[in-house]
Amino acid sequence: MKEIRWHGRGGQGAKTASQLLADINLQEGKFVQSFPEYGPERSGAPIRAYNRISDEKIRVHSGVYEPDMVAVVDPTLLKAANPTDGLSEKDILLVNTTKSPEKVRSETNFDGKIVTIDASGIAEQAGSGFANIPTLGALVGVLDTDYEIAKKEVEKALSKKLAEEIVEMNLEAFKLGYEAVN
Amino acid sequence: MSNGNKDVLTGHQVVANAMRQVEPDVVAAYPITPQSEIVEYFSQFVADGEVDSEVITVESEHSAMSACVGSAAAGARTMTATASQGLALMMEIVYIAASMRTPIVMTVANRALSGPINIHCDHSDSMAARDSGVIQLYGEDAQEAYEFTLMAQRLAESEDVLLPVMVTLDGFTLTHTAQVAELLPDESVKEFVGEYEARYPLLDVENPTTQGPFDMPDYYFEHKLQQVEAMSNVPDRFLEVQDEFNQLSGSNYDGLFDSYKLDDADYAVVILGSTAGTAKVVVDQLREQGKKVGLLKPWLFRPFPEEKISKALRDKEAVGVLDRSLSFGSSGPLYLEVSSALSEEDNKPRLYNYTYGLGGRDIKEEQIAEVFEDLEDPDLEHEMRYIGARQ
Repeated sequence: MKEIRWHGRGGQGAKTASQLLADINLQEGKFVQSFPEYGPERSGAPIRAYNRISDEKIRVHSGVYEPDMVAVVDPTLLKAANPTDGLSEKDILLVNTTKSPEKVRSETNFDGKIVTIDASGIAEQAGSGFANIPTLGALVGVLDTDYEIAKKEVEKALSKKLAEEIVEMNLEAFKLGYEAVN
Repeated sequence: MSNGNKDVLTGHQVVANAMRQVEPDVVAAYPITPQSEIVEYFSQFVADGEVDSEVITVESEHSAMSACVGSAAAGARTMTATASQGLALMMEIVYIAASMRTPIVMTVANRALSGPINIHCDHSDSMAARDSGVIQLYGEDAQEAYEFTLMAQRLAESEDVLLPVMVTLDGFTLTHTAQVAELLPDESVKEFVGEYEARYPLLDVENPTTQGPFDMPDYYFEHKLQQVEAMSNVPDRFLEVQDEFNQLSGSNYDGLFDSYKLDDADYAVVILGSTAGTAKVVVDQLREQGKKVGLLKPWLFRPFPEEKISKALRDKEAVGVLDRSLSFGSSGPLYLEVSSALSEEDNKPRLYNYTYGLGGRDIKEEQIAEVFEDLEDPDLEHEMRYIGARQ
């Protein structure tokens, strides 16, 4: 079983990205859980969300304490939210930042694999404005998930809520995020 | 998104979908905090024209249950959903719903009762209703909550039962977690629940009845005994409903509680709801180490299947009962049931009570493993243990 933790700020779509990932994993035939951590959430406050991905039915219902991978959607949370909590050197830290992996390593003292992606820049370039989707694209790339399956699922889910034009921008951002790590 | 029949859905969504498929005549609910998203999703189905139910939004949970009682007495198939303080406010009318033998199906997203104010999971809310006369079913995951909501309909409406059924699912842990669930085709559910015809609908003016009247000391007692009798019919009816449901869905429900690696176990834990799932993981881990451990998870808490649970536990060395609510000044409600069930046995297991998870406090695998470790100690003292609480 793989466990993933997301760090974002309320309103940035970390929870949405976590749920999209669960949708994608289902299409791969996996069992999944996706859940946010509920506190006094407000726009801008740090939030965490979690994914579990398994080939078998998931029975455990406790929190995630030692994730295999952490995705940081907001660059400022690298310092503000202790994103390396529970990570070991065999785990992966994916960060939305313009900094290099070496710089992130020196700031976090994290010994495992560090992947950086300028998700905010990508979102701006694509016109979508939200870093969650390109970060998801990168995460899907790191997880080695089938791109077409993932893209289709993102398109399907976003189309339920957003105008076609906005969906297209997000799909572009998703693609750029995926390509940035592959 | 769906994959075959499988979907990634929150507990709220699966229950709302169960309600959509049942398509009751009336859903009366209070639409504001502490309501769950269940009613919100269901109202969306109504607004979208997917179901033809009448949604009555009322000014309080007390009124919600009152409207449900009125609706069910009138002969309408009636459902509602609530949680925590909402159930507490409903309580007066929950007793009346049971005593008027109205087969209302209600889902409860298990959440702590105030105070302190808290929105997270524990079982204080539904345990406060344990003596009200409603049937109580506890689900381990969204799938069970879905299936119990469907089965509840048949159980409530069984002719020799006619009692409200409360289907509970752990707040947040199940209600807000997106997980894999498999919904049945709408038409299968429609066929399973069938058409509801009330036996004595209040609106049948050709055959007028009196419902919910005043009872003097000369009859009150007997009417309560009728509720006792109805409750005693529940286990058999539940097993029949399970059989029919299995045929429809390919599930394999076969009892009043779930036994996990229990038969040859020396040490067992008894747990309600989602934490039983976590405990199953622990049982698997300990079994790999050669330890003979198992789990009993009651599906049915009211009526409590005393005899069958006693039979399943009596040959164990030791049993730990994990309660997710308090009864101040006494042991936990689940412990009291298990203890009472085993009281007639000559060689009963050592029995211990734990309280866990109040107000949403997480419980981890290693904490459940520690319970099993405790149970192996023949000199373990009998005192309430509070898992993960700072003392």
